[in-house]
Amino acid sequence: MNSLIPLLVAAPLAGAALLLLGGRALDRFGHWLATGLAALSFGFGLVLFSDLLGRDAEHRTVTTRLFSWVPVNGFQADVSFRLDQLSMTFVLLITGVGTLIHLYSVGYMAYDERRRRFFAYLNLFLAAMLLLVVADNYLLLYFGWEGVGLASYLLIGFWQHKPSAATAAKKAFIVNRVGDLGLSIAIMLMFAEFGSFAFGPVFGGASGASEGKLTAIGLMLLLAACGKSAQVPLQSWLGDAMEGPTPVSALIHAATMVTAGVYLIIRSSAIFDLAPDAQTAVVVVGAVTLLFGAVVGCAKDDIKKALAGSTMSQIGYMVMAAGLGPIGYAFAIMHLVTHGFFKAGLFLGAGSVMHGMNDEVDMRRYGGLRKYMPWTYRTFAVGYLAIIGVPPLSGFFSKDKIIEAAFAKGGTEGWILGLCALVGAAVTAFYMTRVMLLTFFGEKRWQPDAQGNAPHPHESPSTMTVPMVLLALGSACAGGIFAYHDAFLKWLEPVTGHSEGNPPFGSWTVSGLTTACMLAGVGVSYLMYGRSPVPVVPPVGSPLTRAARRDLLQDDFNHAVLVRPGSALTATLVFFDSRGLDGFVNGLAATIGGLSSRMRRVQNGFVRSYALSMFGGTLLLVASTLLVRSF
Amino acid sequence: MNPVNYLYLSALLFTIGASGVLIRRNAIVLFMCVELMLNASNLALVTFSRLHGTLDGQIIAFFTMVVAAAEVVVGLAIIVSIFRTRHSASVDDSNLMKL
Repeated sequence: MNSLIPLLVAAPLAGAALLLLGGRALDRFGHWLATGLAALSFGFGLVLFSDLLGRDAEHRTVTTRLFSWVPVNGFQADVSFRLDQLSMTFVLLITGVGTLIHLYSVGYMAYDERRRRFFAYLNLFLAAMLLLVVADNYLLLYFGWEGVGLASYLLIGFWQHKPSAATAAKKAFIVNRVGDLGLSIAIMLMFAEFGSFAFGPVFGGASGASEGKLTAIGLMLLLAACGKSAQVPLQSWLGDAMEGPTPVSALIHAATMVTAGVYLIIRSSAIFDLAPDAQTAVVVVGAVTLLFGAVVGCAKDDIKKALAGSTMSQIGYMVMAAGLGPIGYAFAIMHLVTHGFFKAGLFLGAGSVMHGMNDEVDMRRYGGLRKYMPWTYRTFAVGYLAIIGVPPLSGFFSKDKIIEAAFAKGGTEGWILGLCALVGAAVTAFYMTRVMLLTFFGEKRWQPDAQGNAPHPHESPSTMTVPMVLLALGSACAGGIFAYHDAFLKWLEPVTGHSEGNPPFGSWTVSGLTTACMLAGVGVSYLMYGRSPVPVVPPVGSPLTRAARRDLLQDDFNHAVLVRPGSALTATLVFFDSRGLDGFVNGLAATIGGLSSRMRRVQNGFVRSYALSMFGGTLLLVASTLLVRSF
Repeated sequence: MNPVNYLYLSALLFTIGASGVLIRRNAIVLFMCVELMLNASNLALVTFSRLHGTLDGQIIAFFTMVVAAAEVVVGLAIIVSIFRTRHSASVDDSNLMKL
């Protein structure tokens, strides 16, 4: 069985290599090859899953060592894999959703002339992401971490002929680098402290380390998670990342890659459990982001950017839950998986709408699409009900548990977090209802574009609708299955541990509160967008709306705090360099040049003047010899 | 006669030769001035030989004559070929290494 784990990564990696190196010969069937390899990887995942299920709960951690990567004395890095309940969950999510999105892309990218390359990048992403979650040491995890960053960069900028896409790709890459720096520093700290970065020695040695060092490692890991998972303060790249093709947004920027930060935190739970300050930082980041993303999601008219705000907010929930400690770990992962289903489904639905609407993304130019795209409408509606947490769909179970865990933290902290989460739930219901109403209900608001092509909304081909239906099924049922007899909790408990905390009130009260908040959000949204016609030109709006349209001024903030001082610093350095250093060097060169051009005149070509200089020289020699002799 | 007077004569001849080299433009005259300088040094060498009572200076004077003879052969050939190509024997006209 162990030998299957490397194959899990190898299958999509081989696909990426084949498609990138294979050339035009693979143009006709390359996309099916990529989809097949993703499905193969999913098949391996299922086999491994059934194998794990057949074991005792305590013996479900499988490790296998492939080869020694960096065999240096005192610094051993192996390519070794660890498959336990946590990574198994991720493997199934990544390969399962990944396969569906490959299938969807077959239809979505059918007319793109660079389709083969697109599928190669998708496979590359799968391989890197799988490597990230099955790695048995932080260095290999870092390798996968960088790999998904690369794939994300390549795919955001896939339509590189659009300057906005190229810029967005660079932005994502650069912001992610800041986070990656955190991860590399964390790994160095681990090596300095524990003498190793393999999971076993690090987690085993954590209890012997000082709290200060663990806090430092934890904060650096949090920085890494912020970058990859688009958490405040490194959130600015996610909205722009929507420039990529929609399947990419669904797979990478909703379901899998952006959740890598949550994985990192929970994987390092042994460190965070012993560093309460770092945990507090994680909780604060999560709570701030869940509100931040929700507010941004409310104001965006671009359907993908509204969903991106929502993704940020939902990951905020997960990060917050991960920061709660053993109370929240399992629920963070549970929400992560259900979110993977419904958010991927929502993005695929958005892609299907854009596909039928000449790539229009402005929701104010949609309206009344439910008649034209029945399957898209139905699957989107299931995703919508799931994300706002309508019982008994999956979002209800997972989000409810997180809110419960937030209250269970206890004390003032628990109350603040719980209320934040409740407000977040209400705002989630508000903006998702808004998306739903603007897109599928109301009157038609679409108009011919600049070239006079009126959109003809139509349902997408079956390669696109089938994955949407399957994801909708997952969004509907996953939560119930996971929550049935706490199955998911029991599955993850051996890895993450679990404690109940001390909730101030029972779980039914929390469910009631959450549902009430959700209904309030839906109601307000209906009053604002459901009853009166929606203007095509967005109204000016309140200062908060205007700020939220600009992503709550995140770019202005980054510009003022980071870009301006940075530019000023470089301008100073350039000035010093060009005037100071270059001035000195150039002045020296000019002096020597001037001197030599004067010396050059001595070489005039007249024999007699050469003779004169010879005589003069001889005279000097003789005179100096005599002078020296006379002393 | 005091042999030192020959040295004065030698210095005088050398100076005449040197100033001729520096002042005159005609290649032939220049050449003759060079010869004058060589012979001035020969005179000085022979005088030193006499003063010291050894033969070293005279032997070197012979060498100088041989060198001067060779120099005349090569130098005149060069002057003739320059005169043929440039139609001028002025050294200032041939201030370039090419035509």
